[in-house]
This record gives sequence, structure tokens and C-alpha cells, in this order.
Amino acid sequence: MTRRQLAWLRNAIVALGLVPLAQLTARAFGYGDLGANPVQVVQHTLGITALNLLLLTLTITPLRRLTGRSWLVRLRRPVGLLAFFYALLHALSYAALDLRFDWPRLAADIIERPWLTVGFATVILLVPLAVTSTNAMQRRLGRRWTTLHRSVYAIAALGVLHFFWQVKLDTREPLVYATILAVLLGYRVVVSLRRRTQRAVAQ
Amino acid sequence: MLIQRPDPIRPSEITSESVFVKRRALLKAALAAGLLPGTMARAQPVTTSTLGDLAAANGRLENVSPWADNPSLATTPYEYVTEYNNYYEFGTGKGDPARYAHTLVTEPWSVEVEGEAENTGTFTLEDILRPHALEERIYRFRCVEAWSMVVPWVGFPLGDLLKRFAPTSRAKYVQFFTLNDSEQMPGVRSRVLQWPYREGLTIEEAMHPLTLLTVGLYGRVLPNQNGAPLRLIVPWKYGFKSIKSIVRIRFMEDQPRTSWNMAASREYGFYSNVNPDVPHPRWSQASERPLGAGLFASRQPTLLFNGYAEEVADLYTGLDLVRNF
Repeated sequence: MTRRQLAWLRNAIVALGLVPLAQLTARAFGYGDLGANPVQVVQHTLGITALNLLLLTLTITPLRRLTGRSWLVRLRRPVGLLAFFYALLHALSYAALDLRFDWPRLAADIIERPWLTVGFATVILLVPLAVTSTNAMQRRLGRRWTTLHRSVYAIAALGVLHFFWQVKLDTREPLVYATILAVLLGYRVVVSLRRRTQRAVAQ
Repeated sequence: MLIQRPDPIRPSEITSESVFVKRRALLKAALAAGLLPGTMARAQPVTTSTLGDLAAANGRLENVSPWADNPSLATTPYEYVTEYNNYYEFGTGKGDPARYAHTLVTEPWSVEVEGEAENTGTFTLEDILRPHALEERIYRFRCVEAWSMVVPWVGFPLGDLLKRFAPTSRAKYVQFFTLNDSEQMPGVRSRVLQWPYREGLTIEEAMHPLTLLTVGLYGRVLPNQNGAPLRLIVPWKYGFKSIKSIVRIRFMEDQPRTSWNMAASREYGFYSNVNPDVPHPRWSQASERPLGAGLFASRQPTLLFNGYAEEVADLYTGLDLVRNF
């Protein structure tokens, strides 16, 4: 994969990633409609897209290892930043559409409702990852960068938990997300355990 | 999708009595001319007809008088009332009932009445409806999920029906059951809730004049997704208490079990009265989103007993509403 192809692929990912937002905007402003409960549609679409993208970033490393295509890792940043972008919009949509930027109420909500506590924690914990996603920051932080960015495993789990607490009773959809996350994280555990035993054998 | 989506009925569309009488003559003329099938000839006086006869071919209910206490509230558009539903027997998505409820067979329909009453047995829908005059009542409807709507329901007070069964002095509660048929209801194949769906009221709540046994909305026969052919509307309680497609009524001495309480007793109590001061364990009930209000409309404050405190608060004197949520 040439540098040029890679740049093209990344742009394509960003363009594709913005499609759900474009669709939502079009529906909100008269091209189609958002139905009886538009606020819910906006919030759900933004949230589920954030979660989809977050899980997608976590599939890149296993995919790279399984296919041997190392350039795949270069796609992780745009996907991760898109996930952050949607998570931020998701949180903002709650503050804006439901609370009309009533900050004291938002604070009270975050404290009182575990579902919102976890949701906002997810977004806030993504901030340092987004901020340190540049090449310069990666170089500056060195090994600590990897440690910091491993927090995404916990962040994704918080996102799925937030989804679980949000549904009224039918947990089938969040269960699918939890299962996918478990497979993605389980893969990493298996790889690291295998590495450890190999190292032990080599010694 | 074969869901009919008629426009909301306008007051100007309501058939006047004089036209109604003429309509009968028109029907006779049409029959004589062989334009209508012969079964229509068995049309009965309106006060003693079945739901099927009451409803003209377009599903419009005839001879419905407006309730004297109708508030001047803007009603939620018909399409939202009939396309955004919770009816888990047809799926847990809001659009699922409108999509799948066409498989529900509402004719013939009968209701079993059992328990602490003198006149128990099986009653056809016709038996149930025959003596009652239909009223159009505009009620606020508040879902436990914090959305709301305003709907012109058509029905009559449940108490008027219950009295006909002559409940005994031991009848302290009434339990209701929804049809449970996996052939007609794809949703019951999944175990989201324990089927059949069941709900309950105290006898005082059931006899309260606001509690409406409902057969229609917007002047038309209930669409299947809204709980055809017979449902409850208890306007001061969260929507899930207003059980749909009723097939069984049971008078009981002890408090009956109710579906949402069985599924999550910490979150859904027996009473489930609308109360802005008693939050759901996971979300606030202080405000609600009116359906159809648009993306940028603000939430509106939720009212105690959904705005019916004046009428129903005395049912609960001395009852701790926080503990008995």
C-alpha cells in the first residue's frame, strides 16, 4: 500500500464516517423526517454510531494480526477520532435538546443517574485519547502512549454498560455489543497469554 | 406495509344525525340496487350493535358523543399515535406494532370474566358493548419512558361494564389479561416479558369514572397496534397500565401480579401513578417529551397524576406514593 493510497483510504473512511451525521441532518431539516420522537432518534443514532466506531477501532489490531497487513493500523486514528466526534455530539445532543444547556441540571443528572454518569465518563475519558492522537504526541509520550491508549478497552466497556442501562427491558441489542466487545478483548488476552508462555518456553 | 393511514378526523367530518338518518336510506337504496353485499342489510339500531356494525367500512365509529369534560388540548397527530407504540407482543421496537399487528385477528372476540363476581362466564365483544353509549374523551397519555401524547379515545367507563358482572364484596382488585397467541403475535416467541401480558387495578381505580374501556381513537375503530378491539385507558397512570387487546377479566381479593412488576419490581410498581416527584430508578420523571413536538421543542413538565389529581387524588389518601410507586 503506497502512501498515496493510504491517504485516499483515510479520507474515504472519514467521508463514510460522516454519512450517519449527514443523513440525520437531512432528515432533521425536511428531507424525510425523524418521526414521532425526533430527539430520541438523534440521540440514539449519534450514540450507536459512536459505539459502532469505537468497536471498529478495536477490530483493527486483531485484523492486522490475522491478515498480516500492517498498514491497517494507520486507519485506526481516523476511526477513533470519528468515534470521539460522535460520542461528543451524542453528549451535546442531550445537553442541548433535552436540557437546553441547563448546566446545573446536567451536573445533577450526571451525579444522580448512573446511566448518565457512565455515559459522560465515557466521553470525558475519550478526550485525552483524542488529544494525544497526533504523531507528535505519540512520539513525545513514547511507551506511555501505548499504556494511555489501552484505556480504550475500559472506555468501550463503559460505553456498552451505558447502552445496557439505557434500554428499558429488552437487552438483546446491548448484549450483541457486549459479546462483540468480549470477543475483541478476549482475543487480546489470548494473544498476550500466548506471548507470555512463548517467552517462558524460550527462557 | 399495508397499514391504513387515514387523516385525523376533523370536527367538520363528524356525521350529523340528519345525515346519519339519510345514510340509512342511502344504504337501503344501495342495497336495493344491489350495490352492497346482503349482509349489510342486517344493520341494527346503533345503540345495540356490535363494534363491527358500529364501524362503517372505513373504520369510522358512528354515534359517538363528545365527553362533557373534554379539555382544549391539541391532540397528537394520528400517525404518531398509531405508528409509535409499545406493544411487545409485536416486537420491542416502537415501529414494530404498526408493522406487524396486522396479523391480529379481532373478529370474533370474546372476553372471559372470572373470580369474585356473580355474573361470570364468557362474553362476546357484542355482549360487552351492547348497552353502552360511546364517548369521545380527550386524555393526556404519559408513557413511563417520559414521552407523552394527547389522544381522543372512544369508549365508555369501565365501571359501567364491571357493575354488570356484579362483583362480590370480596372483589378488591381487578386483573386483566391480553391475548397470548404466538400465531398472531410474533413478539411472544421471545421471552422479554412473561406472557400473557397482565395488568391490575384496585376495584376503586377500576370503578373510577375516568377509567375508560376503549374501542377507538380519532373517531375510528382502534388500530390493531393500539390494542384492538378492546383496551383500557387509565389516564393518570403510566401507559403500560392501560392494557391492550383484553381477553380476560378477573375479580380478586388479593393484589394481582402485573407484567412489568414481574419483570422488574424495583422499577415498576403496582400503582404506577404518573408522578414527577418519584423518579424511575434510572431516569427522571419530572418532565416529558410530547410526541410530534419536533426536534427543538423543549420538554414539558410532567403533572402529578398526569394532570388528573383533582379527580383521582382522593383514591390515594393516606397512601405513601413514594413507597407505593
